[in-house]
Amino acid sequence: MNAYVLIKMAPDPVEELDIANDGKSLNAEFIRFKSGDPDEHSIEQALLLKEKNGGKVTVVALDAPEVDDVLYTALAKGVDRAVKISLDQTQLGSVATAQAFASFFQKEGISSDTLIMPGTQAIDDIEGETGALLAEMLALPYIGVVSGITLTNGGAKAVVVKEFSSGLRGEYEVELPAVLGIQSAEKPPRYVPVAKIRAVMKTAKIETVDLSEPDKAKILEIERMYKPEVAGRAQILEGDVKEIAAKLAEIFAERGII
Amino acid sequence: MSASIIVLVEHLKGNIPEISYEMLGVARKIADASGGKVYALIAGKGSSALATGLGAADVALVLEDSSADVMNDDVLIEALKQAINEKQATLVLVGCTNISFGIGTRLALRSGMPFINWVKDIKTTEGEMVVTSALFGGKVLSDIVLKDKKGILGILSGVFPPDAGKIAKQPSIEHIAKPEIKSKITFRSLMEPKAGDIDISRMDVLVSVGRGIQSPDNIPLAEELANALGGAVSSSRPVVDQGWLPLTRQVGKSGMNVSPELYLALGISGAPEHYEGMKGAKLVVAINTDPKAPIFDFAHYGAVVDCLEIIELLKEEIQKRKGTQ
Ligand SMILES: Cc1cc2nc3c(=O)[nH]c(=O)nc-3n(C[C@H](O)[C@H](O)[C@H](O)COP(=O)(O)OP(=O)(O)OC[C@H]3O[C@@H](n4cnc5c(N)ncnc54)[C@H](O)[C@@H]3O)c2cc1C
Ligand SMILES: Nc1ncnc2c1ncn2[C@@H]1O[C@H](COP(=O)(O)O)[C@@H](O)[C@H]1O
Repeated sequence: MNAYVLIKMAPDPVEELDIANDGKSLNAEFIRFKSGDPDEHSIEQALLLKEKNGGKVTVVALDAPEVDDVLYTALAKGVDRAVKISLDQTQLGSVATAQAFASFFQKEGISSDTLIMPGTQAIDDIEGETGALLAEMLALPYIGVVSGITLTNGGAKAVVVKEFSSGLRGEYEVELPAVLGIQSAEKPPRYVPVAKIRAVMKTAKIETVDLSEPDKAKILEIERMYKPEVAGRAQILEGDVKEIAAKLAEIFAERGII
Repeated sequence: MSASIIVLVEHLKGNIPEISYEMLGVARKIADASGGKVYALIAGKGSSALATGLGAADVALVLEDSSADVMNDDVLIEALKQAINEKQATLVLVGCTNISFGIGTRLALRSGMPFINWVKDIKTTEGEMVVTSALFGGKVLSDIVLKDKKGILGILSGVFPPDAGKIAKQPSIEHIAKPEIKSKITFRSLMEPKAGDIDISRMDVLVSVGRGIQSPDNIPLAEELANALGGAVSSSRPVVDQGWLPLTRQVGKSGMNVSPELYLALGISGAPEHYEGMKGAKLVVAINTDPKAPIFDFAHYGAVVDCLEIIELLKEEIQKRKGTQ
């Protein structure tokens, strides 16, 4: 198995998301970048596969704020290789990002045991899912919303679980090489102590790969970015916590819930 | 220019989900305003029978395939591409759902039309079409202008009314041939949810915990509150993904659909994927420290306080009222 996990740094929505003065983008000053949950699960899934089947796991990212920390953390977790592509992620839309990765993989070479594992979906893009676009560009099979992978036929195929809805899931068989968009790993992502990450920072190296800019940074232009008008349907209960608890109990009683 | 719109209709186990009717409804509206046509494309086993219920479309494009409980994406994308060419489609609507995931983007590359994800609103004027995309779980909206009114749109569940897409007439039926595609993907089987200890879809009261519950150690507190209310604990996705609760307790797009009398959301932001599973709840109460959390947009009552501070107090108040203290 030769697994590649793609890491995207997206603005953390826990922070205040402020609109910039141009009215078309986020105010960069307040953005804190973090890797998405699906990407973290993708790292975990790749490591679980490696533990079972052997092989190699590489994490790849475009250049973005805080990305080195995420790459070192992945190395500390047991990933074999970390690669940073020297293109500014924040300037590229999904299609251009997929183009960049397509040329990266053409350079790297795709073998019969290659498994490309982006996260299913990040929360900040309008143009769609990079994984599916990349699969299309590389003419590889694609399955998204994956929550389980078992390699079969000596690593030539994978049996994959995809989530549908209402708790239903589908089992698929796919020939490798393939692109699988990971939603969640079979186990929660492992924890790695900060001391170990620090140690790795001293010894391990992040490889850099230079690629030329894709033709068109973005297919779609955002005309206007804004906060939704809070419809404010919720009636907000005021008071201290105890008063609020009493009010809620009263509402539940009125409704015959208790 | 009159619109020619293709709607990709989903179905699983013989059921068409609401999102498909929601898309048909909005497609009908756009087509009527411009004197255009709506095509509903439905593929896989049982499509012919299901197609008769797609009256909001002028024409149902039916790809019957008795061997496909779930249609192969590669075949479906090719069928959609052919339909776009043949019907000179200007718009294609696909659901922002797990089933249709990845179809819109690949179709965009093959058809040369742009793809917009997370679509929450579509406004058409004489000259252009403005599409609103909801990013960051609905915390930020972006307007994108389609000057030629052409595009492939991934439509969020629950934003357009489904009733507009349920019209009691039959569309005309056009059978389409299965494209000859050799796919490297084979569908093997449908996996039913594991029977859990509790079926949250049948509970009248759910105390639902999100990332705001912060630690698995706090789940028992939520359990106690749920017990006091005569209900059970459910959760958002991150709680399940971290292994704090089993998958059977997850509410949302990939989890269960619930419709309790009371949905008490503790530390849940209210992302569209979560909302999708709980929109049937009769009374929604949200406790969240962020006054701007999207969940307050659809909750009936809310309080901007720490859920860990209120859990215990609320349990006591409830027990007091029930006289069990
Ligand atoms: C394909 C796909 C499928 C998905 N399926 C599902 C699904 O089935 N179900 C689902 O839920 N999600 C699903 N998601 C994920 C969804 O997009 C959101 O990421 C998720 O719902 C967020 O969960 P959350 O609200 O618990 O966490 P967050 O969005 O992180 O929100 C936590 C909230 O807690 C609040 N908070 C923090 N501390 C406290 C405190 N002490 N007291 C009170 N409030 C506090 C914060 O203000 C915040 O609003 C899916 C995503 C994708 C891409
Ligand atoms: N710039 C990027 N660098 C690395 N990975 C990316 C990048 N953009 C997208 N991806 C991968 O594609 C997944 C889906 O992202 P998106 O297409 O933005 O929804 C992410 O979870 C990443 O794994």
